Amino acid sequence: MSIMKTLMGASLLAITAVGASAEDVAITGGTAFTMGGKGKVENATVLIHDGKVQSVTSGGEVPAGYRTVDASGKWVTTGFMASGTNLGLMEVGLSGGINDARASDAKNSIGLEVSYAFNPATTFIPNTRIEGVTRAVTGFSASKDMWRGQSAVIALAGDNMIVKEHAVLSIDMDEGSAEKNGDSRAALWDMVITKLEESRPGADDDNKDDAKKDKKPKYDSAKAALDRLFAGEMPLLVEVERKADILNVIKLKERFGIDVVLTSAAEAWMVADELAAAGIPVVMNPTRNLPEDFDSLGTTGAAAARLHAAGVKVAFLPPDTNNTRLVVQNAGNAVAMGMPWEAAVDAMTVNPAEIFGIADSYGTLEAGKDADVVVWNGDPLELMTSPDAVFIRGEEVPLVSRQTKLRDRYIDLPRSPAYVK
Amino acid sequence: MRTKRSRTSLVQRGLAVAAMGLSLAACQPGGEEQGDFVELNKDPFPSSYTPLESGTTFITNATVLDGKGGRIDGGSVLVQDGKITAVGKDIAAPDGAKVIDAGGRWVTPGIIDVHSHLGVYPSPGVQSLSDGNEVGEPVTADAWVEHSNWPQDSGFLRAAAGGITSLQLLPGSANLVGGRSVTLKNVPGRVAQDMKFPGAPYGMKMACGENPKRVYGSGKNSIEYRPHTRMGNVAGYRQAWADAQAYNRAWQKYERDYKAGLDAKPPARDLNLETLAGVLNGEILVHMHCYRADDMGTMLDVMKEFGYQITSFQHAVESYKIADKLAENNVCSAMWADWYGFKMEAYDGIRENIPFVHKAGACAIVHSDDPYGIQRLNQEAAKALADGRKAGVDISKAEAWQWLSLNPAKSLGIADKTGSLDVGKDADIVLWSGDPFSVYTKADMTFVDGAVTFDRNDPARQGVMDFELGQPGEGDVK
Repeated sequence: MSIMKTLMGASLLAITAVGASAEDVAITGGTAFTMGGKGKVENATVLIHDGKVQSVTSGGEVPAGYRTVDASGKWVTTGFMASGTNLGLMEVGLSGGINDARASDAKNSIGLEVSYAFNPATTFIPNTRIEGVTRAVTGFSASKDMWRGQSAVIALAGDNMIVKEHAVLSIDMDEGSAEKNGDSRAALWDMVITKLEESRPGADDDNKDDAKKDKKPKYDSAKAALDRLFAGEMPLLVEVERKADILNVIKLKERFGIDVVLTSAAEAWMVADELAAAGIPVVMNPTRNLPEDFDSLGTTGAAAARLHAAGVKVAFLPPDTNNTRLVVQNAGNAVAMGMPWEAAVDAMTVNPAEIFGIADSYGTLEAGKDADVVVWNGDPLELMTSPDAVFIRGEEVPLVSRQTKLRDRYIDLPRSPAYVK
Repeated sequence: MRTKRSRTSLVQRGLAVAAMGLSLAACQPGGEEQGDFVELNKDPFPSSYTPLESGTTFITNATVLDGKGGRIDGGSVLVQDGKITAVGKDIAAPDGAKVIDAGGRWVTPGIIDVHSHLGVYPSPGVQSLSDGNEVGEPVTADAWVEHSNWPQDSGFLRAAAGGITSLQLLPGSANLVGGRSVTLKNVPGRVAQDMKFPGAPYGMKMACGENPKRVYGSGKNSIEYRPHTRMGNVAGYRQAWADAQAYNRAWQKYERDYKAGLDAKPPARDLNLETLAGVLNGEILVHMHCYRADDMGTMLDVMKEFGYQITSFQHAVESYKIADKLAENNVCSAMWADWYGFKMEAYDGIRENIPFVHKAGACAIVHSDDPYGIQRLNQEAAKALADGRKAGVDISKAEAWQWLSLNPAKSLGIADKTGSLDVGKDADIVLWSGDPFSVYTKADMTFVDGAVTFDRNDPARQGVMDFELGQPGEGDVK
């Protein structure tokens, strides 16, 4: 009983610590990368106040009452953002209990909202954030049709981790989706265009029907989601690979006047100029370079560099949810394949902030933004560097996770690990 | 069943005929004539690998990691007739040698991936080309993965660009015993045999834990087929070994009786038991997919019960929990740097698995199991090294390279031929654009038996597979 109490006390303390965001912190002496084309600041003093970045100045004074974090010789960046995960929606994906990211039997797959399924206590969040990834887009990866509901943006610590609930409306328009939805791209596109035409503002026939005129419209979460799309409150995130399909997505954007973002998009680089002209960003894994199927014959590791060079806004996907942190390695590989370093870091900070609608509070290291700040012991894109300190919305996150606890427990190969604290 | 039996007898007849030229018909003392002695052909799909053309190559002014734990700054490597003929500081280029001034760039042994499904689950990943799991029965030791290998998989070329010079193809892990593996030189050919590493022993894939019990326990054959549980898995392995022992005894008796002059009949061939018996006879190496420490602990006892050696545990996500036992039992662990969590038996993965296994004196290998991972195993080693150092395990880059070349070579039984920069070994070498523990470094040139299999500055040596011809992406930078 007393152990229980102690444990409860400890966890209450932890919650309190995470909940508090009032600490004033000064990160001094490092090289700060402000991003968004604003360059870097040597010998930077990064002040954090009330959860926000207060200022970033070279050699700035540390005001009284600020705790100093010495970052001499270190690199300071905005915490990174992974632009496509199921974080908080699954724990063990395969045969490990419910996987909330797979809403396979949902009757309505357009209106799905992350908040009802999101588990802030998932171990994958601490495992991820201690590696410097502080934000993520999280959403659904399966459904019975082509729609994947509304993805959210989360911060990887603190209370109320969901910082933007309706960030994008997701839809799968690749080969696999066509197979499931009518068994032909023609059928898939017909269904999607019909749905969008029916949902256009003014196309709602409820009010035209005299018999129903005075009836209160029933709640329809799909309609609510599509209204947000047509109101420009969130873009349509389209998973698609093949060049021909991507050209059709450009037409879709023109036809409906909605904001569109591509994801996965193996052959997007082949129509980079058209995408730049249409203002369509691309969310991608920059390491793909195999003809994985007949949709993605044109994949190349140079795709991210080419899209960036053509003026397309690029953001990065991690390899998968468990390995969300490896989005940083992906970015390093994009640089190895010709993308400028700053552009690769933008693809994990300011670009996704803009694409997913949180740029007012996150994405650059400048006054007024949420203090997602990471102190790295070297170039963050490098394989052998790691964070020395991670702040999320102004709170310093202990560099502890279920994984580090397992590491510490087994470093000396105990006889009975269960008794090792 | 009938069909199967008649096919077996055809094979037997074929063999008897083939054996006639080799065996003398002997006479029994009593005057009764003996039939031909039936000896099994253990190499019915012989390697037709021939090295690509190469000359004398002298790589100099390089940072050399020898793959055994040594490092030579300002070193040189001399390659003649496909072999390494000198490694060190004070070597001169012979007349006529092609001299490559590395200008401080790094030179290492070629990377060997012990866990690949290239060619077997190739790109494009369409159903027609999905040839990696002979699901249907839990023990399919009669399936040989080389018969699934499609040499036109573009993944082989991408792997060459990542410094891969040899690799082991394995069947998948749906079965308790998935079948025979094959070790390849990473040089594409017209037929699968063109890629086979000459003289490499066969391996056999086994699988612990969740996969077999899921495939057979919750698949459509769930009532008829075992296993459904981990204890069912172990029962399956043990029965298979017991059958293989009986099969071995039957053939030994046949040989004994024949030599005694009796008109002995050879046992009916059973291709499944033949492979299992090959393991018991020490001719075939066991590579076992196993995640959890307790699953591995069980298998160490099954191994002792039936007197074979598990050469490696594959994935081995929890090897860090029993690294001392793995060292004691001389079993390698082929691991990812940081993949974990996708299923319960991978839930306890930690980033320090590889360095902790190394620290315990056990054999640590970095493997891929993935057509992208195989392209940058050097990066996986770098991450593992960094995480180990952070946890206080002091390992040099030169030592860490053993995870990529010499340890994999040992586990495949080819360490006498490749895996380190030693005089007399195959010239399987990578010239890197810089420090291969950096994310920005790429292989500039890859050599197999002294021949260039990848050259970042020569499009002709970047390769285009048949499948890619006439398709978007043909010949593009990859």
